[in-house]
Amino acid sequence: MIKPLPPEPQPAPQQIDPICDEKNGAKAGAATDETGRLGTAPTTAAMSLTRRLTLLLAMFLSVGGVVIALLAASYGRQAAEQTYDRLLLGAAGQIAAAISVQDGQIITNLPVSAFELLAQAPDDRLFYAVIDPKGGLVTGDDLAFPQGRGTRFFDGVDQGEATRFVALERIFAERGFAGVVTVVVGQTALARADLAAEITRNALAISALAGGLLVLLAVLVTRAALGPLRSIEAALIARAPQDLTALNLPVPREIARLVAALNGFMSRLDRTMSMNSRLLADASHQIRTPIAALRAQAELAADEPDPARLRRIAGRIHARAIDLTRLTEQMLSRAMIIHRADAAAQTLVDLRDVAMDAAEEVGDAQPNRRRDLRLDLPDTPVLAMADDLSLREAAKNLVMNALIHGKPPVRIQVRGETLGPHHLAVVAVQDAGMGPLALPAGKGPPKAMGSSKGTGLGLQIVRAVAAAHGGVLATRKGPNSFEAAIELPAATRPEKGATR
Amino acid sequence: MTQRHEIKRFLTVAIAAALLLLPPMPTHADAQPEAIARYGDPDAQPQMVLRGATDIKTFGPVVEAFAARAPGLGITLEQWNSIDLYDRTLKDCRAGRPGADLVISSAIDLQVKLVNLGCAAPHVSAATQALPADRNWRDELFGVTQEPAVMVYNRRLLPPALRPRSRFDLLDLLRQTDTPFAGGRIATYDIQASGVGYLFAFVDSRQASTFGSLIEAFGRLDAVATCCSAEIIQGVRSGQYLMAYNVLGSYALDLAAQYPELEVVAPSDYVLVLSRAVMVPKGARLGAAAGALVDFLLSPQGRDVLSDNHLIVEIGIERDIPFPSESVAALRVIPLSPVLLLGLDRQERGRFVDAWMTAFDLPIAP
Repeated sequence: MIKPLPPEPQPAPQQIDPICDEKNGAKAGAATDETGRLGTAPTTAAMSLTRRLTLLLAMFLSVGGVVIALLAASYGRQAAEQTYDRLLLGAAGQIAAAISVQDGQIITNLPVSAFELLAQAPDDRLFYAVIDPKGGLVTGDDLAFPQGRGTRFFDGVDQGEATRFVALERIFAERGFAGVVTVVVGQTALARADLAAEITRNALAISALAGGLLVLLAVLVTRAALGPLRSIEAALIARAPQDLTALNLPVPREIARLVAALNGFMSRLDRTMSMNSRLLADASHQIRTPIAALRAQAELAADEPDPARLRRIAGRIHARAIDLTRLTEQMLSRAMIIHRADAAAQTLVDLRDVAMDAAEEVGDAQPNRRRDLRLDLPDTPVLAMADDLSLREAAKNLVMNALIHGKPPVRIQVRGETLGPHHLAVVAVQDAGMGPLALPAGKGPPKAMGSSKGTGLGLQIVRAVAAAHGGVLATRKGPNSFEAAIELPAATRPEKGATR
Repeated sequence: MTQRHEIKRFLTVAIAAALLLLPPMPTHADAQPEAIARYGDPDAQPQMVLRGATDIKTFGPVVEAFAARAPGLGITLEQWNSIDLYDRTLKDCRAGRPGADLVISSAIDLQVKLVNLGCAAPHVSAATQALPADRNWRDELFGVTQEPAVMVYNRRLLPPALRPRSRFDLLDLLRQTDTPFAGGRIATYDIQASGVGYLFAFVDSRQASTFGSLIEAFGRLDAVATCCSAEIIQGVRSGQYLMAYNVLGSYALDLAAQYPELEVVAPSDYVLVLSRAVMVPKGARLGAAAGALVDFLLSPQGRDVLSDNHLIVEIGIERDIPFPSESVAALRVIPLSPVLLLGLDRQERGRFVDAWMTAFDLPIAP
């Protein structure tokens, strides 16, 4: 028996009517508890597979059961009809075979076996007639029968009981007698109905048994099929919390995809985590150097009696502090970008704005390089769904990289591209240099991290931002140029009047 | 539509035909019961009508025992000739008028015919369901008695060496040149006049090859075919006949109890056993009471009364009729089944009666 799932408890109303507060207080509290418990049990959201399958099978079987019942009844009727029709035919045949002609008279030597055959339907009344070619009754009951040729079965009613007849012909061509003698044999239909009911009953019983077995089998099959999931579950529970290596279990093909997805997810998680720890390590390393320099300058300053030198040292300390501030800001923004890229809501962004803002900010930070920057923007907006801030930071990173590692001039280009069926929105930064000797393959940051000005993590961040937007970081090397481009899926502005 | 119409027409024709054609036996315009007896409350209305092809002397005590158990019920027992009883019951059935409430007859083939024509109402009770299949047909016809077909001799006139124990003994005796049975000293039923006589003879003819030889010998020795059980057995007692063949055991035992010179023997090769059949006709006024009577006849009390009146005859060692073996195969109960209709077939019956009458050198009834 399949019980319907209990309805999911509704969360308690947030605001309880103050008038009813006293009355409903306890109840509302209990409901809240319930909601709280459900919140920690995510499996209640979906129906159990076994139950789902059983329910489906039960529905299928009950529909199938009706069909089978109808079929069984029809089959039973047909089989019983056939069986007893043969009995009738057999008896009629025996009677017909016992007819002879003597002196032009039809003589019927009724065989007792014909009657015994008919008595196989023990409770049925029987009728028979032998009719001469002129339609006169030779012997038996006066029965009407349909005219025609050959063997014919027909139905009737006698004293309120259904009857079934067969009419059979025997052709004589004797000296003194020639013609067709008809034998009609009939019976009431009690045994037929009994047999039909019995066959139907048996067929139904077997079907019901088969249905039951099918349900049982379905439950067992479901259990067996879910076995690999249980082994995955066990493997996950058994492993250490830091262990993010791929699951290596022998699983069926159907579940292998799930395991592959799980492994992919874990490896991404692993990457993110190692990136985070590397960031942290880099950050501490990068900050330690300026801080140590500051401390050394400060110690120098403490022992310096010459005011002129002291002033020079103070100037250096000031410059270092500015460097350190910039570095800290940069790192914080990087951490924020990485976080935002995954988490922030995306809005429709015009990449031209992104490029302009990035160029402006880089120009503000490096006023003496401002003349090396060129903006190459189209007349029409280039739109993408993106987080404005992280995209701008990513673009800034590319520009800074180009300024620091590349050769001026640095061109910031925004363009729309079509790649097969995909429309792309692209922010590209080109310089006249050769590009880095080996671009990071996506596995880790480049080695060059000594300089405080270096943004070795830049490309990593850009790549992460691009990926978070469903895009890629593409690099192209020309004979005298290098381009790094963020390629995002293009978006279109919603129609006027349409809601966002 | 036309077929249904045709069937309706066939039914009407069949009814008329059945009235006119079946069975081709002497029929009287409006046959009447041979005797009437009343039991129970004479003022009860309506009276339960019981028609039987059974002597009131034999069956009366059974009805009386039932009446004693059914206060407030008045029962009229009519004694009929079995063929008249069949005709009358069929007429009532065809006319759709209530006739008898219960019909009992030793001519069980005719009873089967009535049921086959749809003239009986079903009655189902624990007692009827306990009956073996050959004594219950369609829950409409029930075998209530157990009466063997026996041979009866006159002990005084027939020395032990000349008393046959089986049909083979009888055939051997009849073949002897100095057989004492020559010259009309052996009697059996006239199968044209006696329903049960015809039934016994017809079933006999189907049982064994001895029958043909017996009939041939009977004809050669001018055996007497006459009606009915009581007359034949009285003839044996008086010495007119030395022995009677195939008579109803119930009457034989009844008379043997009075006249010690009568000896009743069940043939040891096989014994035909007749179970007198009762049915409740369709449209009986007191169908429920009739059903109660059927149940009474099948109950231990009813069987005791039937046994007392030799209507249930136990056959075997130390039983009502001494029988050398307990072999069940030798006891052949005539089953209540449509196979009995074969004996009523017009041509079959004509041929059989023809052969019989020719052997006995008797005129064939028109």
